[in-house]
Amino acid sequence: MSLYALQKLLYELNRDPAVQAAFSAGRDSVLARYRLSDEEIQALRSDDIGKLYILGVNGQILMHFAAWRGLEWDDYIQAMKDALAEHGQVQGGIYAAVDGGKGGAI
Amino acid sequence: MSLVFAAIMSHGPGMTARAERADPAVRDPFFATLDRLRARLEDSRPDAIIVVAAEHFANFFMNNMPAYCIGMAEDYEGPVEDPDWLRIARRTIPGAPGLSRRIIDKVIDRVDVAYAEEWKFDHGIMVPLNFLTPKFDLPVIPVNINCQGPPLTPLHRAYEFGIALGEACASVPERVAIVGTGGISHWPATPNSGKINEAWDRAFLDRWLRNDRDSLTSYGDEETLRDAGQGGFEIRTLVSVAGACKGRTGELWFCEPIPIFATSGFAAVMETGAESAAGAA
Repeated sequence: MSLYALQKLLYELNRDPAVQAAFSAGRDSVLARYRLSDEEIQALRSDDIGKLYILGVNGQILMHFAAWRGLEWDDYIQAMKDALAEHGQVQGGIYAAVDGGKGGAI
Repeated sequence: MSLVFAAIMSHGPGMTARAERADPAVRDPFFATLDRLRARLEDSRPDAIIVVAAEHFANFFMNNMPAYCIGMAEDYEGPVEDPDWLRIARRTIPGAPGLSRRIIDKVIDRVDVAYAEEWKFDHGIMVPLNFLTPKFDLPVIPVNINCQGPPLTPLHRAYEFGIALGEACASVPERVAIVGTGGISHWPATPNSGKINEAWDRAFLDRWLRNDRDSLTSYGDEETLRDAGQGGFEIRTLVSVAGACKGRTGELWFCEPIPIFATSGFAAVMETGAESAAGAA
């Protein structure tokens, strides 16, 4: 589980326009700087917000990333709901404990 | 001198990013209350405002997470988020480095506080400022309490930190205002965004208004997570403002659930002691 590295990447991306520019120019060069699992790399490559949520990315980090990727608010919330239906509950991070372990599922 | 203004209010990004989607029957009186809060702040003639916030991984990360941090920069930049999303233009906000330094020097006597000469404001500070100082011209001293990445500072320490802040402000000649901003119960940035435990919010605010230190600081994190969501951890910011006004009580101006803002819209003020001093003068 490299959730720490995954969140670090998103944290640095969220706050630094230079990292954002590098990510936009070719995201693999940014991804290569972090020790990520194949699953995490795939989710980042495909802007899979729902999967990133399931992998345990803190929602406060993910919300800003989703906004930067241009997701409308309702689509962002729906992406998390769809991912819960598809993959089951959140697998790591603090949100795995939200709502009695259902990872925020309603 | 003693604090000239003390208040708490919500900071949900939806308050600016999605304001048009809120029920006007609740939103309009809430925003009118914030206008009233701004008038009260202006009447207090502050030289600077301390914003006690629970930032959301804009500056601090789990590589070196301070429990408490006070800004000491000449100026700050915000919002760190996409400005088009938050609907607050990116700008530079003035700081108060000299005053920050003197406050930190006092606080550090009681609490091991970190300091930062660089700080990007996220919605947790930008949204309250958008309502309280819409020109973003009042010097700001940002204060952060880690409410996002456990392990978290205990509530009794947040109250102690508030006491230290209040005493530090009393030791300087400047007129300092303080606002604590965080959600009460909420489940932000989850599929349950919009879920609000109104009864929990009202019970918490009742403790806050009475400035009842024991009951305010008695919430366990497990209990808070269950009843108030992970967003409930942000009560640390509100608890610290109560500490800064230790011995005084508050007045609730507004509290109603506004699901599209992901929290209750709330605003409350607490006496600081400056009110009676102004009356005497």
